[in-house]
Amino acid sequence: MNEKKPIITVEKMTAKYGDRLVLDELTFDVKRGEIFVILGGSGCGKSTLLKHMIGLYKPAAGDIRIGEVSVVSSEGEKRDALIRRFGVMYQSGALFGSMTLLENICLPLEEFTDLGKDARELIAHMKLSLVGLAEFANLMPSEISGGMKKRAAIARAMALDPEILFLDEPSAGLDPVTADELDDLIIQLSRSLNITFVIVTHELPSIYKIADRVIMLDARTKKIIAEGDPVVLRDSAEDPWVKSFFNRKTQQA
Amino acid sequence: MTKQASSSQTECRGHLESGVLSITVTGRLDAPSAAHLWPDVHALLETKDVRSMVVDGSGILYADGAGTALLVFMRQVALRREIALEFQGLEADVAAMLELYPAEKLADPIAAAPKRSSDLVEQIGHAAWGAFVGVKDHISFLGELVVGLFKMVFHPGGIRVKDFFSVVEASGPQALPIIGMLGFLVGLILAFQGAVLMAQFGAEIYIADFVGKSVTRELGPLITAIIVAGRTGSAFAAEIGTMKVNEEVDALKTMGLDPVRFLVIPRVAAATLMTPLLAVMTNLFGLAGGAVVMSGIGFPLITYVNRVMAAVTPADYLGGLFKAIVFGLLISSAGCLCGLRTGEGASAVGTSATRAVVSSIIMIVIADGIFAVLFYYLGI
Ligand SMILES: Nc1ncnc2c1ncn2[C@@H]1O[C@H](COP(=O)(O)OP(=O)(O)O)[C@@H](O)[C@H]1O
Ligand SMILES: [Mg+2]
Repeated sequence: MNEKKPIITVEKMTAKYGDRLVLDELTFDVKRGEIFVILGGSGCGKSTLLKHMIGLYKPAAGDIRIGEVSVVSSEGEKRDALIRRFGVMYQSGALFGSMTLLENICLPLEEFTDLGKDARELIAHMKLSLVGLAEFANLMPSEISGGMKKRAAIARAMALDPEILFLDEPSAGLDPVTADELDDLIIQLSRSLNITFVIVTHELPSIYKIADRVIMLDARTKKIIAEGDPVVLRDSAEDPWVKSFFNRKTQQA
Repeated sequence: MTKQASSSQTECRGHLESGVLSITVTGRLDAPSAAHLWPDVHALLETKDVRSMVVDGSGILYADGAGTALLVFMRQVALRREIALEFQGLEADVAAMLELYPAEKLADPIAAAPKRSSDLVEQIGHAAWGAFVGVKDHISFLGELVVGLFKMVFHPGGIRVKDFFSVVEASGPQALPIIGMLGFLVGLILAFQGAVLMAQFGAEIYIADFVGKSVTRELGPLITAIIVAGRTGSAFAAEIGTMKVNEEVDALKTMGLDPVRFLVIPRVAAATLMTPLLAVMTNLFGLAGGAVVMSGIGFPLITYVNRVMAAVTPADYLGGLFKAIVFGLLISSAGCLCGLRTGEGASAVGTSATRAVVSSIIMIVIADGIFAVLFYYLGI
């Protein structure tokens, strides 16, 4: 109904590692149900921004809210409730190495729902089938490839049917066909479940296909240098770097 | 989408008429309500004498993943029982969710790696064979190492000097406090026990002989070795194991760098050098512990020192240090070997570190036994 209402609000957020400034007073919001993409050169702070948005790190200044709740200052039960509203896929997958894929996905279901074992395992199988890994349910993370780990990690992030999914470079390391299927999956989930996606990615085809809106971070100024619809940015961006990124011309040597 | 409806408003009713089971599901299907309905639905689906099932889902307002799982579950049970099942009147959203999970995509998983057999005899056999293979591996690895160490002595340019010294520092000076404390306490305890025993014969002076001989020949090197195994051997296994897990060892190999030369030799050389030096310190502190007890029961320090000097022969002392060198070699090579043998995943690193300590201690004890026999026949 309120499709255009912001679900995540980032306000003048500054991020630092020690004294080193990584992100400088970023302000933007993510609307409910949209697929929001964070872009930028490697090392410009995309993962850092993501980790601040999910409350893993505290910003040096500014605020981040999911709905009306501040990610920065909520604690205890409020925080637990907040955490259950989103799922995260980390850049490296971060599957638990001592559990099978199925057990990895069953874990949050076991901890947070009253579902019986049959039900949990069925749900885990369903999530795995969504990412094309149904046959691999009983294998250990060390027995599957890097791309498969990412897909399994997405399945785990979706275990509790979150409102928001944060994905850090989901299609890096996937073959183009699988990456394309993953994009279809993201679109399908976004439509059928109205999940909001916040995605870090570099894949241009995938950006044009899925992104409703993008922001682009800049490593030099530590600020957002471009924001909006990727197609519009491609056609009418002023900044030469942004323009070259979207038109994929390598300007600099 | 309103989100107020609670699981209590979700309902599931069944009705059997002339072989057709009609199931009506109404309300919001989410994780709590699915968990609530699941047992009832399961019971319904197992109803006998059913030829076909019809699920009326027109009352389902919303279904998330868990809710959809309930519908998929119905479909699966019907499939298993070979009964036709039809969903009727599903909202477009709910139908779309169900379509995400076609039956053929939920195919049977590949069987898991076979669980370890629970047959006791078989397990013992496996363990024994594993230990045998481990020892064999270790011996050939030791051979490789000794060759490498010799090469290092004659061509010192090939070794990573920085690594060598950082291992020397970590395994030597940094172990001094714990070595000192343990050595002192063991000397103290030994002398005290000796005092209780020898007082019965009025032979307290021989405590000095007893402490001197047992510390320099046996306990000094042994305690040192156990500390080195716990501190340094496990650290080697964990460091190299982590590198193995992160594919750093593979990276070395593909760059044409031999991991044994690059990682193992500096560590083994450093630890083999430091263990006897630490043993010297353990001996010293052990003897100091004995001195405290002797002074306590009234002997002047000089008497104790003279007695120890007379009792402990150079052969005792040097034999002990030689043992420490061998222990150092065994521990550090076991640590590195376990590190290089690390499997996949983070837990493998822990397993390797544990294995390094356990096999080090076993080898220390075995080697010590061999030395005891050897020294006896050599008259040392
Ligand atoms: N844990 C950390 N400690 C200190 N600096 C970090 C840490 N993580 C990342 N950085 C630094 O922050 C910057 C942004 O890193 P990151 O967010 O990982 O970049 P991206 O994901 O865009 O490639 C980099 O310069 C990196 O060196
Ligand atoms: Mg990153």
